[in-house]
Amino acid sequence: MSAAVIVFPGSNCDRDCKVAIERSTGESVDMVWHQETELPSGLDLIVLPGGFSYGDYLRCGAMAVQSPVMQAVKKAAEDGVAVVGICNGFQILCEAGMLPGALLKNAGLKYVCKPISLTVANGQTRFTAGYQGEREVIMTQGNGDGNYFADAETLKRIEGEGQVVFRYVDNPNGSVADIAGIQNARGNVLGMMPHPDRAFEDELGSADGATLFRSVFAAA
Amino acid sequence: MARVKVHVFLKPGVLDVQGKAVEGALHGLGWAGVGNARVGKLIEFDLDGVDDPAAEAKKMCEQLLANTVIESYRVEIA
Repeated sequence: MSAAVIVFPGSNCDRDCKVAIERSTGESVDMVWHQETELPSGLDLIVLPGGFSYGDYLRCGAMAVQSPVMQAVKKAAEDGVAVVGICNGFQILCEAGMLPGALLKNAGLKYVCKPISLTVANGQTRFTAGYQGEREVIMTQGNGDGNYFADAETLKRIEGEGQVVFRYVDNPNGSVADIAGIQNARGNVLGMMPHPDRAFEDELGSADGATLFRSVFAAA
Repeated sequence: MARVKVHVFLKPGVLDVQGKAVEGALHGLGWAGVGNARVGKLIEFDLDGVDDPAAEAKKMCEQLLANTVIESYRVEIA
């Protein structure tokens, strides 16, 4: 079992993700610089971490998509490797076309930074199987552009196919249908605004994020 | 050589919170008649060595300069 965290210039949750995965699962985590053209072999999980890659220039995540490593990430996703984009990572996955929709500025323009309650909208995914009966979880939110948007047709499709994975209990940013996290149609790419990497042990206020990382490895 | 100007705006129907904030501020300054304020981007650059600058600029918009899920764009060549 092994995981890699991609490090873009401006990523600031890359170390958090490494520590969170290692403490949650006991597995080793490689850090991969964005200029790399190949990923370590045999990966079970690739994480695109939170932060402000390329200073959010042009649009959040838009420049990171142009990094050489993203070709390798796309290839790995096509091969079925689990990919999780958290916060800025979610924005990057949408910009890359690996997930539908886009992230807009928060309604109300406020940067939202607080622990947040989520419902597990789909507990049958490889990311959420470990939550079992636990339908409400707590993770920490921290973003200015977390307002998920998809047009009506796309929304209908992702709702119909169970691609909505997490919803906000109390929507903090105007996201359509209270969406906090979605997966692709194949079910191996997840994007979410809340941070499981900031909720992996009780000292942090919640250990619910650890379950997500453990689920991915259990499914691998 | 062409001078290319690309205007990028959120599509109608996509919430433009910056536009709303600007509109509110203008109302506060006394311009009660301001409505439908939108905040967008203007990207301009020189473009050399291509036959059809407008067509190339359109490709740039589709690939990078605009996110067509939420944004529309307009190319102007001078």
